[in-house]
Amino acid sequence: MTSMPGAPLREEAHNRRRLLMERSRPGRTGVTLPASDVPPQLMPEQTMLRDDLQLPEVTEGEVVRYFTHLSQLNFSIDTNFYPLGSCTMKYNPKLNEAVAATSGFALAHPAQPEAQVQGCLEAVFRLQTYLQEVSGLPSASLAPLAGAQGELAGILTLRAALDARGDSNRRKMLIPDTAHGTNPASAAMAGFQVVSIPSTSGGDIDLDAVRAEADETLAGVMFTQPTTLGLFDRNAVEMCRIVHEAGGLVYGDGANMNALLGRAKLGHFGFDVVHMNLHKTFSTPHGGGGPGAGPICVTEALAPFLPGPIAVQRDDGSYGSEMPAHTIGRCGGAQGNFGVLIRALTYISLLGGEGMLDISGNAVLNANYLLARLRPLFELPYDRSVMHEVVFAARKRPGATALNVSKRLLDHGFHAPTMYFPLVVPEALMIEPTETESKETLDSFIETLERIDAEAAADEDFLRSAPYETPISRLDEARAARRPELRWRPDNE
Amino acid sequence: MSDSPLTSPFIPNTDDDRAAMLAEVGASAVEELFGDIPERFRHPGLGLPAPVPEMELRAEMTALAQRNFHAGEHPSFLGAGVYHHFCPAVVAPLVTRGEFLTSYTPYQPEVSQGTLQGTFEFQTLTAQLFGMEVSNAGMYDGASSLAEAALMACRVTKRSRVAVLDTVNPHYVDTVRFYAQPQGIEVYETDPASPELQPETACLISQYPNFFGCLEDSQALTDLAHEQGALAVMSCDPTALAMYKPPGAFGADIATGEGQALGIPPSFGGPYVGIFTCRQEYVRQLPGRIAGRTVDTEGRTGYVLTLQPREQHIRREHATSNICTSTALIGLWATMYLALMGKQGLRHVAELCYQKAHYAASRIAELPGYGLPLDAPFFQEFVVSGPKPAAEVGAALEQRGIIGGLDVSRRYPNGMLFCVTEVNTRDQIDRLVDALAEVGR
Repeated sequence: MTSMPGAPLREEAHNRRRLLMERSRPGRTGVTLPASDVPPQLMPEQTMLRDDLQLPEVTEGEVVRYFTHLSQLNFSIDTNFYPLGSCTMKYNPKLNEAVAATSGFALAHPAQPEAQVQGCLEAVFRLQTYLQEVSGLPSASLAPLAGAQGELAGILTLRAALDARGDSNRRKMLIPDTAHGTNPASAAMAGFQVVSIPSTSGGDIDLDAVRAEADETLAGVMFTQPTTLGLFDRNAVEMCRIVHEAGGLVYGDGANMNALLGRAKLGHFGFDVVHMNLHKTFSTPHGGGGPGAGPICVTEALAPFLPGPIAVQRDDGSYGSEMPAHTIGRCGGAQGNFGVLIRALTYISLLGGEGMLDISGNAVLNANYLLARLRPLFELPYDRSVMHEVVFAARKRPGATALNVSKRLLDHGFHAPTMYFPLVVPEALMIEPTETESKETLDSFIETLERIDAEAAADEDFLRSAPYETPISRLDEARAARRPELRWRPDNE
Repeated sequence: MSDSPLTSPFIPNTDDDRAAMLAEVGASAVEELFGDIPERFRHPGLGLPAPVPEMELRAEMTALAQRNFHAGEHPSFLGAGVYHHFCPAVVAPLVTRGEFLTSYTPYQPEVSQGTLQGTFEFQTLTAQLFGMEVSNAGMYDGASSLAEAALMACRVTKRSRVAVLDTVNPHYVDTVRFYAQPQGIEVYETDPASPELQPETACLISQYPNFFGCLEDSQALTDLAHEQGALAVMSCDPTALAMYKPPGAFGADIATGEGQALGIPPSFGGPYVGIFTCRQEYVRQLPGRIAGRTVDTEGRTGYVLTLQPREQHIRREHATSNICTSTALIGLWATMYLALMGKQGLRHVAELCYQKAHYAASRIAELPGYGLPLDAPFFQEFVVSGPKPAAEVGAALEQRGIIGGLDVSRRYPNGMLFCVTEVNTRDQIDRLVDALAEVGR
């Protein structure tokens, strides 16, 4: 590898990344704490106590410099275009952060009596109402702590409704082959048997395959609309009809709801349960892998089974928190990820109903613009107008595989698209620009991909070793898995 | 709808941009791009309020926050699994740096070393604090972490019953049921004095300290589980572990915890981070993400997400868990907190909690009409039986500007679970004692 001009010497770079325990020196501290102000109390018996606690001893300044340096090794929305398909990496407004940090919200305790937390309960109630409106479904639970937990809670709600009507033999769950991996994983956790359903050559769900499974063991289907192919599935409405006619229920994965905001409501298509990812559609930050929130909205028939607690408005105008009559229970220790909910509420309130239409319109326009401009560089498995994202197959040039193109993009300061997903598209590159990127950024991204294509044309091997200019080159993942080193130990230095 | 590009400060496309892009796409209006949606479903109308400008919205949200009676303005003695602890001012600005806050799960390790190394630090420090061999990258919260521990115990032992002591946080028990029952796993509660273990029991779950603040005989519980071929699973308060023997010292097989105690604001229930630690031999059964150390093509140390064949994006319905987005940022928060506190600081915090809680308990116990129904050793929480119904006492404390303990009268007559931590000054404790004395008169 050629060293960048001005890049730190290898040893210096290594030192800057030394782990906390390697930096630790006895006697240093990063905090000031008060002495006890109460009369001394008898301590527990020595046998109950430990004397082996190992934690780093470092100063505040060192912690700041270390973590600031680490942060600079990351790509992020604040620093880079991040067209990671199906992840909706839109700009995360700073106002959301300021509101969530307000002491009245941040210091409210989940076990306080209702009368003491009216502000929080009203906020949850408002967001509940807004999400019901957006989804077109009349009831909601904001308890699920992430998208995948929302899926699990959603299909457990569905299962409880089936069981309540005596249909506990219905355990077959249909899942399209384009679905996100969490769908089958959640279905298995909820005690369902997964049956994979193929897509048609046009990228819609295969209705004949659905009909063939529509029997008395059918629990339902888990369906993502728009699909992970970035397409609005034209067979979905008919699919809902077939499943309902056979006695099943339909779960809608709202991971890609950004495309539909204000344009259509998932509940109108026949979905009985819909989960949403507030950390996608509603701009709450991903935090390098969470926290998120996965609220679910349901039909009236399913409402009694929702997980709780749920915010309610009482006759006197005050707000409360209740478990639904036949609830499937609690999916976490407290009240849901309130800090994430309040960010989403802030976002929706700032932009209002009109703003929702601007989001979906511009997100879809940006994706279609990329489709039009990038078409010469890649294969397009489904030649249709797309919704929020476009999926290409990187198969036009040897060497320019999805992996290699992705890695070379990193050198140019662009995060990679989602690679090798959905599984039905070989060498998939799934690109989601979102509405918050400018035409200039998209043009620069397009030009970069054109340059990468030219590089691959000139030298088949060039991309195989990319990236060249990131803080670190390709990592040996096989070694990490073969000999897992999952923590610092004094002896493995 | 307004077509004005000024509607949103987050959308850069101008009318000119849109016109140029539409020309490239070959469409005459944005609306055409939604042509696959059947006409009858399009434009359903959205009953959301009109936009509120930032200046007004900030004021509105601040007013809403002020409707809460909260620990920023009033002394609080409420814990029950979520604790008010001091957190140095440096953590919030550092953890909310945009590079941490607005990155995704680190799928491209070359440009995610910050998140990955931070996760490796989290795994190191939590494993050390818990005295366990390995930790994963964190779960949603303490309750779901415990639930996943129960599922993992069933996978490891190939058994299908889960025993939970009836002194475990009831919301945690509900969460274990939420996760376990759909898979045909039976969850039953049992008495810590004589825990019932059956041949099909995969694990015995205890809480340390337990929901009512007491320390149980964890060595005996662990040994009992092992005698029956079950795993010992402990749900622990991380602050207590700075002082008391950690679960690893008792031979626990899986130990989980609510990371909120590590300086995370209560925030009305989340986001928090679940700690999940276990024996090295179970790593391939772990739920969730795990960061591992490796080298790049030039031999430089780096970090990646590892052991991924356990996960949903590879194994789909055969995955160990469905976890995708978890709570990495809160894990990073806890990591920074632990780094700043260090071994001395965290121990000091734990001892302050202990000292102040014991001072408060001894003073309350002297009040006429009040008593401490439990005589087991406790850490920072204790049950008080009062002279009047707990709800009445709680309301009276609120009138005196104090957030009281949790109502546990279903288990202990007129019972309240009080929590005292390092953030409670002696003055606050004395005020609480005086208020309780008044209420009791």
